[in-house]
Amino acid sequence: MADQAVRRPPRRPRRVRTLSGVDVLTVALMVAVPTVVVVGLVWGPALATVLLSFTDWNGIGNLSEINFVGWQNYEDATTNYPPFGPAIRHNVLWLVVFFVGPTLLGVILAVMLDRELRGSRIYQSIFFMPVVLSLALVGFIWQLIYSRDQGLLNEVLGLEGGARIDFFGNPDINLWAVLVAAGWRHTGYIMLLYLAGLKAVDPALREAAAVDGAGEVRTFLRVIWPVMRPVNIVILVITVIESLRAFDIAWVINKGRNGLELISTLVTQNVIGEASRVGFGSALATIMIAISTVFIVIYLIQVMREQK
Amino acid sequence: MMNPRPLAGGVSAMAIRRRTLLKGALGAGALAGLAGCGGGDDGGGGGGAVTFGSNWSDEVPKNAIAAMMKGHDAEVSINTVDHNSFQENINNYLQGGPDDVFGWFAGYRMQFFAEQGLVGDISDVWSDIGSGFSEAMKQQATGADGKQYFVPLYYYPWAVFYRKSVWAERGYTPPATMDEFVALSKQMQGDGLVPLSFGDSDGWPAMGTFDYLNLRINGYDFHVELMAGERPWNSQEVKNVFDAWRELLPYHQPDALGRTWQEAAQTLLRKESGMYLIGMFMGQQFPEGPERDDLDFFPFPEIDPAVGADAVEAPIDGFMMAARPRNEEGAKDLLRYLGTAEAEDAYLAVDPNNVAAHDDADTSGYSALQKKSQELVSGAKSISQFLDRDTRPDFASTVMIPSLQAFLRDPDDVDGLTKSIEEQKASIFGG
Repeated sequence: MADQAVRRPPRRPRRVRTLSGVDVLTVALMVAVPTVVVVGLVWGPALATVLLSFTDWNGIGNLSEINFVGWQNYEDATTNYPPFGPAIRHNVLWLVVFFVGPTLLGVILAVMLDRELRGSRIYQSIFFMPVVLSLALVGFIWQLIYSRDQGLLNEVLGLEGGARIDFFGNPDINLWAVLVAAGWRHTGYIMLLYLAGLKAVDPALREAAAVDGAGEVRTFLRVIWPVMRPVNIVILVITVIESLRAFDIAWVINKGRNGLELISTLVTQNVIGEASRVGFGSALATIMIAISTVFIVIYLIQVMREQK
Repeated sequence: MMNPRPLAGGVSAMAIRRRTLLKGALGAGALAGLAGCGGGDDGGGGGGAVTFGSNWSDEVPKNAIAAMMKGHDAEVSINTVDHNSFQENINNYLQGGPDDVFGWFAGYRMQFFAEQGLVGDISDVWSDIGSGFSEAMKQQATGADGKQYFVPLYYYPWAVFYRKSVWAERGYTPPATMDEFVALSKQMQGDGLVPLSFGDSDGWPAMGTFDYLNLRINGYDFHVELMAGERPWNSQEVKNVFDAWRELLPYHQPDALGRTWQEAAQTLLRKESGMYLIGMFMGQQFPEGPERDDLDFFPFPEIDPAVGADAVEAPIDGFMMAARPRNEEGAKDLLRYLGTAEAEDAYLAVDPNNVAAHDDADTSGYSALQKKSQELVSGAKSISQFLDRDTRPDFASTVMIPSLQAFLRDPDDVDGLTKSIEEQKASIFGG
């Protein structure tokens, strides 16, 4: 053993030398291209966002015209920007509701569909369909359902005149209406991911559990669930990401205002458009990055602890 | 997206943008800024076809623009961009390589870019075409520095619309004063009608109500100064506007924040409501033929006799020139042509949903509504452009829309609301 350990070091450089010029080029490209892409498209803009958040840039003119204003934008956001507080609350609520609602439902649906029911593929298609529909169509479908004057839901409930429920306009309930719509898509997404994971589970495990006399529930909790751990983590992360970047349906309904404030819609309102408040919007985006970082750190700690 | 003209392209444009949104947009903004540093000066002479950046992307206006450009004696190459995308990217567009001539809006929204040096001075064009436009039109084409930057094409007034058949049946007559307006509203309620259709889900329709109350209570000059950030929003004058609005709220259609303006138009169409304060584009919601011909309007009533009712809200669309056009001579020639009655006639022959801005435009083909609109605007002492065109766009969209919606939700806290608007105004206009 000791002999081998001594012999090993000289062997290494010889291996490197065996790489041909083409190999070196290939490796260099494989490292360089993704690095350039990630730095250029993710880290660069993210850093620029953080820097811009300390300026009052309005998107017009050269970099030389940018004035640094210190923490002014953050101060404005937290003290005299009324939609900010609701936006934070709504994102947190979104996260909580997604976990206990659509994510759990998606997992349950996947487990049921995994049992080779008759017509399982039809159910799969039905539940997955919302995920592939275009944003414009999703917005339109829910408009038809929720509309106060002409909506399906109010008709079905048989409400008339003043008793009709203003699902989109009432700031106390419109977030819940949107959560239902967003959850409708999220459930299908989670279902498909989980179903794919379940299909990959070695059938021998189930057979072994069955031979040992474990029931359905016990098999799932004690055998399948632990095997599915990597998929579970993926689903956890996806739910967090989807909740933080929740945007599209709220935007389609009323541009994320009047009860539907979300950090992402506030960033968009401020940054996109003519004469945009790039500095202020960047401050909001930076706050979003900071919140996401908290979740990323928690996730990384979890993963690293596991590897030990 | 703040433009009061509805456009079908909006939602799909939004979908494309979704992914690039948070990281991409910020990065693109920063890159555009960087690119601006090394921007070369390729302006000046040079020939070639004049390029025209068009935001008239819907089918009918697009054809109208094409017909209009055909009338010019030189070649024009038209680049059409989706209306909402054009508006949202206007910053990058003007700082990148804009077309020689492009479509835009009058008012502060034009002055803002003129002040930033992003559009070209066309005062010399105006010395040729000026005689064809009223003084109010010229005022709307003039920047803060007194030079002209804009050639008007058409406008569409805001007014109180109603169905002639309903009014004839019930014997209603157009009110001239606020007292008559309130009395009529009460009568309509007694008749089982909703007096005023109202939908503010998109946020901008309520701006029309605010503007008209402000114009009638405080006058046009106050409106301009308030929008320019020169007057405090927590003043008694502004509070009076909100107080007057609160008095009128019982006659508005309830639950307006969940209703789009199109749905509100449907209540007027179905004869469930008596009136609707909105822009002339609302006619699109009425099927062509007897239904659309049944539409009529009256100007927003007078509140204070000392202020009168001669200010009209009529957003104007038209053309501007890039700050450094590749073909300046050609661009100015084109603008001279666009400022003629013949050019506007060519446009309106294809898209008759607006009213020509030119004094000598052919009005023989106008519908009754168009004729009445023209009379309303040509008789107006001053023309306002709508809240989101008369003030900074960022202030309009990030402060005024949420604030007006907050007012509609809770009309009683005017002091807190106006204080909050003033604080936010200070942080936006402050620099």
